[in-house]
Parts: sequence; structure tokens; C-alpha cells
Amino acid sequence: MAEAKPQDGVQIDLISGERMEGLTSMEKIRTILDGVRDGNIVILEEGLSPDEESRLIEVTMTEISPDEFNGIEIETYPRSEAADASLLDRLMGTESTKKLTVIGPANQIETLHKDENLISALVSRK
Amino acid sequence: MGLLTNLKDSISRAASTLFSEENPRRIGIYGPPNAGKTTLANRIARDWTGDAVGPESHIPHETRRARRKEDIEIERNGATVNIDIVDTPGVTTKVDYEEFLDHDMEKDDAVRRSREATEGVAEAMHWLREDVDGVIYVLDSSTDPFTQVNTMLIGIIESQDLPVLILANKTDLEESSVQRIRNAFPQHETIPLSALEGDNMDEVYDKIAEYFG
Repeated sequence: MAEAKPQDGVQIDLISGERMEGLTSMEKIRTILDGVRDGNIVILEEGLSPDEESRLIEVTMTEISPDEFNGIEIETYPRSEAADASLLDRLMGTESTKKLTVIGPANQIETLHKDENLISALVSRK
Repeated sequence: MGLLTNLKDSISRAASTLFSEENPRRIGIYGPPNAGKTTLANRIARDWTGDAVGPESHIPHETRRARRKEDIEIERNGATVNIDIVDTPGVTTKVDYEEFLDHDMEKDDAVRRSREATEGVAEAMHWLREDVDGVIYVLDSSTDPFTQVNTMLIGIIESQDLPVLILANKTDLEESSVQRIRNAFPQHETIPLSALEGDNMDEVYDKIAEYFG
């Protein structure tokens, strides 16, 4: 995602579930962090699995650098779909983790409001 | 769906009791920064071994390395439960050294502290995926529990099928609301306590024995 970005704008990348589906966990994390480190807001149609979220936090921590990158702000709807999956799905390990996820640079995005079906965020320029 | 989760937790606990290994189970103390994890770890360690685990502070990220206290024997109802507790750094998705400058720290110290904090969080995530058998999740009951870090961490813990006990800490504070935490994670049992004052520790130890024994 190396599109040119106007100086006075904020780039938003809306990444479809289909595009992420073929990627490995590390490729997904790299796609997200490369975008965020460029100052973009990344919106994932289908989010990450819990294990990928765990690795995203871990990799983010290794990339934080004073005066350069402070980390990420990430928001998904608070109710995990995994908790609502059917017993059969849970037993079979096929419960859905699909949930819209917004990720941005910690110094550029601020969550104003979040509830079970609305995420409202303020995005500022660098 | 809470009923099914509770049922699953009960089966999981019963199975782990039946097939428990001889080695003590490693219980990770997790939660966001400044929830009182080290205060709790010290309270447990002092109550049962006489030693502390590490220094406590109101400055975020005082704990920047996972610290393990081994062979803690907790006696409940005539039985003994052996656990190792692992006090972990508070988990976050961002660390800004400038926040430490607000605590009268020089820039060099603040930068060093932030570097150590990021390493500590990465280490905590690694422990969670690889090296703990159960989790005590500590929340500050005077603050909003509906945060992304809490949602993600509880999701990660659930996905690994680890037994988890949620503790609503800091009940000594006027703004404390245990119900707010129960509402945030209704699928899990929430136990109120003040690790600082030692309030309700008997129930905490009962539950530790029940969940992790």
C-alpha cells in the first residue's frame, strides 16, 4: 500500500477480509504495522484472531522508538463474538472472530466513544 | 452464553484437578498498568512465604520484567495448593516516554524506562502464549474496564482455554465499582478485593485454590 499521500490528509486503508485471508499471521501484522507506521489508519473488515492480536501487541512493542513511534491505538467492538459462538462451534474451534477493527498510530487517533455497535474516533494529522 | 462458559470452565477445572501434574501450576498475574498486580503478588507472597516479589509504585510500568515467585503453598480447608505466581508488566499497545516526564523523571531515565517497559510487555505476551497454566486478571475497579486492552487480553486468555479469575482491585477507593467490572466480563466470576489493605483476601485464596488447585 504505497499510494501517494497528500501532505494535509490522512490515508485510510480499508482492507477486506478476502485480502487478509491468504496472508500468514506475520504478513497480516506487517501489513498493519507498515501502514500505521506510515501514519495511515488501517481498518480491517474481519479483524484478527486472538493469537494474532497477541502477536500484534508483541511486535508493536519491539518497534516502539522514542520520538518516532509510540505504538498503536486499536479498537474493535467490545463484545467478543467468540463468547457468543455456539457450543458446537466452540468445541470444533470454528467460532467466528470476524469483527471490524480500526488501528492507527497512538499519537494520531483517539477513541471518543465505543459501545457494542459504534466506534467513534478522532483522527489528527501528524 | 455465560452458563455454557461457566460449564466449560468447571469441566476444564475438574479435568485439570484430576490430571494435575506434580509441578506447581504457573499462574500469571495480568492486567493493564497500575491495576495493582505487584501489590497483589506481594500480598500473596508475603502471606504465604514471608517474602515480597517486587517494588510497588504509582508510576506506570514499575514492573518491567516478569517476576516469578516459586512454590507458594496456599492452605485452604485442610488441603494445600502449590502454585508459582508470575507478576507480569502491565499490558498496553502504546508506550510514550513523555508520560514518565510527568513523574519528575529526566529524559534519559524516561527513555530507558519506556524501552524496558516495551520489552516487558512483549515478554508478558510471550509468557501468556507459552508459559502460564492459569491467569489472575487484575483490574482497577475505580476505572473503566471497557478498554481495548482488557477486551483483547480476555479474548486471548479465553482462546487458550486458560482458567481465569478476575479480581476487581482497589475496593478501598471511593470511586470503586465492582459491578461495572462484572458487567464488562459477565462470562467470568469477579472477586472484589483491596490488595493494598488486604480486604477480602480469604475469598481470593478460596478462589485461587478452586480455580488453580
